[in-house]
Amino acid sequence: MSDQAHAVHAHAAPTGFIRKYVFSLDHKVIGIQYYFLALVAVFVGMFLSLFMRIHLVWPEANLPWFGHIKPEQYLTLLTMHGTIMVFFVLTTAPQSGFGNYFLPIQIGAPDMAFPTLNMLSFWTTFVSFVVMIAAFFVEGGAPISGWTNYVTLSAIPSAGPGQGLGEDLWVISIAIFCVASLMGALNFITTTLDLRARGMSLFRMPLTCWAWFVTAMLGLLAFGVLLAGGILLLLDRNLGTSFFVPGGINLSGNLSFPPGGLNPGGHPITHNGGSPLLWQHLFWFFGHPEVYIAILPGMGVASQLLSTFSRKPIFGYKAMVYAILAIGILGFLVWGHHMFMSGMSPYSAFAFSVMTMAIGVPSAIKTFNWLGTLWGGRIRFATPMLFAIGFVSLFVSGGLSGPFLAQPVLDIPLHDTYFVVGHFHLIMGVAAIFGIFAGTYYWFPKMFGRMMNETLGRIHFFVTLAGAYAIFMPMHYLGMAGHPRRYSQLTEVNYLHRLIGLQEFMSIAAFITIAVQFVFLFNFFWSMKKGKKAEKNPWEATTLEWTVPSPPPHDNFGGVTPVVNHGPYEYSVPGAAKDYVMQTDPATVTAH
Amino acid sequence: MATTLSPVAVDEPKIGGGGPTIVPPPRDGWGDGRPDDHRDRLRRYRIGMFFALAAVVMLFVSFTSAYIVRQGIGSWSDASARYVTDWKPITLPPVLWVNTVILLASSFTLAMARRGLARKLQASPRRTAKPMPAPALIVDQQHSVPWLGITFVLGAGFLVGQVLAWEQMRHLGIFVSTNPSSSFFYVLTGAHGLHLLGGVLALAYAGLASLLRKPLVTRFLVVDVTALYWHFMDFLWIYIFALLHFAR
Repeated sequence: MSDQAHAVHAHAAPTGFIRKYVFSLDHKVIGIQYYFLALVAVFVGMFLSLFMRIHLVWPEANLPWFGHIKPEQYLTLLTMHGTIMVFFVLTTAPQSGFGNYFLPIQIGAPDMAFPTLNMLSFWTTFVSFVVMIAAFFVEGGAPISGWTNYVTLSAIPSAGPGQGLGEDLWVISIAIFCVASLMGALNFITTTLDLRARGMSLFRMPLTCWAWFVTAMLGLLAFGVLLAGGILLLLDRNLGTSFFVPGGINLSGNLSFPPGGLNPGGHPITHNGGSPLLWQHLFWFFGHPEVYIAILPGMGVASQLLSTFSRKPIFGYKAMVYAILAIGILGFLVWGHHMFMSGMSPYSAFAFSVMTMAIGVPSAIKTFNWLGTLWGGRIRFATPMLFAIGFVSLFVSGGLSGPFLAQPVLDIPLHDTYFVVGHFHLIMGVAAIFGIFAGTYYWFPKMFGRMMNETLGRIHFFVTLAGAYAIFMPMHYLGMAGHPRRYSQLTEVNYLHRLIGLQEFMSIAAFITIAVQFVFLFNFFWSMKKGKKAEKNPWEATTLEWTVPSPPPHDNFGGVTPVVNHGPYEYSVPGAAKDYVMQTDPATVTAH
Repeated sequence: MATTLSPVAVDEPKIGGGGPTIVPPPRDGWGDGRPDDHRDRLRRYRIGMFFALAAVVMLFVSFTSAYIVRQGIGSWSDASARYVTDWKPITLPPVLWVNTVILLASSFTLAMARRGLARKLQASPRRTAKPMPAPALIVDQQHSVPWLGITFVLGAGFLVGQVLAWEQMRHLGIFVSTNPSSSFFYVLTGAHGLHLLGGVLALAYAGLASLLRKPLVTRFLVVDVTALYWHFMDFLWIYIFALLHFAR
């Protein structure tokens, strides 16, 4: 491996199609591969949600592929929508996609630290995605146990359709995904620590790099835990162990682990069953950091763009860095707030509650610093900037319901309602997606050498922003009115009758929002071929990726070693000739 | 390729770039084929291995916490009117002690192999990454102890010993689903064994690299990071053995 890693820097770019586009070692190609994987996944996930929204309001509707959606099929849609969106979109696009493409360029490196490992991580992720999609096509279909895959539903093959082979494929796919993410994470960390160009000190790194670095740390420490849980779950499902499955569960008349019974191998059982809560602990110890894995890169992109398009230095650069670190560290101490309903000790719940609300502090630091960056700036409202502002808006709206849910006394009535669905979709779903869109519009010229269409971009932004709020804001009211989540059909329930109109409104908003995503898709592929040719630095930004041609050459800097003399956000520097100072400009340019 | 680099003496490289005020002397973080860039590559691979091991730690920390939790779970017994545990302590097969000695010995032999390669690397002239055909070196190769091969055999021997331990357990009628204690025995030893198998394959690659006349530097890099990994697997095994032994 070391020799190939060596070769990719030392020799000319590969010329064969396979080495260039399929099994490429170039971090830029791998980044685009990740991005397209996420693009496919997001459309799959979106259509699953479309079917759910139709079924919730018009349960009798006849849908393509499904006909009438049965309750268990609704649970399949819900499970696969969550799984695909969380793992293959929110984890894949902002970190593995953009991070792969831009981390090395922004720190002045010719590639990632381990190019072969990088290629392996992508193809492992790809295999994981194929295995996940295969779950749709096996007998019984995809699993019904939700993206959190709670035991006992997930551990017992006879618990429902899809809990047989489909569920096994789900767990295997996630285990493969864990391995891929671990390989990616250690590559990101090593690259950040070891491959920075001369003068690129840690505190001269763009905030995007800080976000990718901390996200990689979270991934490195979190995915191993999910992997362990997945291995134990597979053993429980297939070999008759009892890590999670409790004894005495009635499975169509048969008890699990009956005293004196035999296990699948025909040997006597000498135990009474395990703990479903153990799964929840292992899952959420991964699951909560995963939330930050999804959102931190978006925060990095938002910081970058707000500064660039306000023509001002980011407000409180170091505070931003420490806030990212604080969010990362606190993110590992709050997993219990997903389990307030599990009957945990009120003292534990109190501790988790306090830690959770503490995350409000670094989050507020970031929010106010973003506002401080905008304040008094000469703002350029280009499409990337619109999405960055949209990110801040959604982050605040989605984040403010966090302190509500952080309190056990409020979480217990709200937990199994649409309130939680609204909360996590706004902050983890849509805000993170806005981060991805912002990054796409911003970096598209660098990645493909052409500009995206501004008018279409604006239409996409305004409809998506209004649509996202129209879909997810009413969910909070539904939740407060006691509308439970995860149920396939509640149109016949008396006390929810008056909410059907609201549900209908949300579904129509969803149709419009989904429709406008095709405007984005059209803009994306049309601009790739027909867009206006992009300059080296169309946004007049300061970071290293804008010093090289669009798209950058094979080794990023054309054989030149960049030397960094400036911080990443030197806009409107007094005494400077232009209103921005590139990081690689000579040290004499600034007046301070 | 790197136009700004000059052949000045390179200070001990520090991690990453310099600070905002002190620009470090030109160093090669680029792996751009300069003959003596192996120290940079070595540092990069060591950092990577360090963080890979952090991920391995998290995997086994998770297994350990599951172990402790599962051990402590009680189920209600009507007969005794209280919570009782179903955890039945297992007796570990004695062959594990032999395996432990084998693994510790393999760490020693791998350290010797690494040291030998480091010496060879120092003896070989700089500015070339190719193995030196110098007669002295060839003589040295012929007469030195094949530490790498011995380590490979010891590592494979440990794995065979672990399979023997599994066989002994099965012979006693203790299977993976017999009791949570036995489930964890198989999970922990299995996961550790798979990890060590990775190390054995890396050693095989290092041996093969020698046959394929790969540069000495490459062989040294592989052996060096594998040694880091191997010693850690040693430590991990002692930890697992202690856990299974003392927290049974």
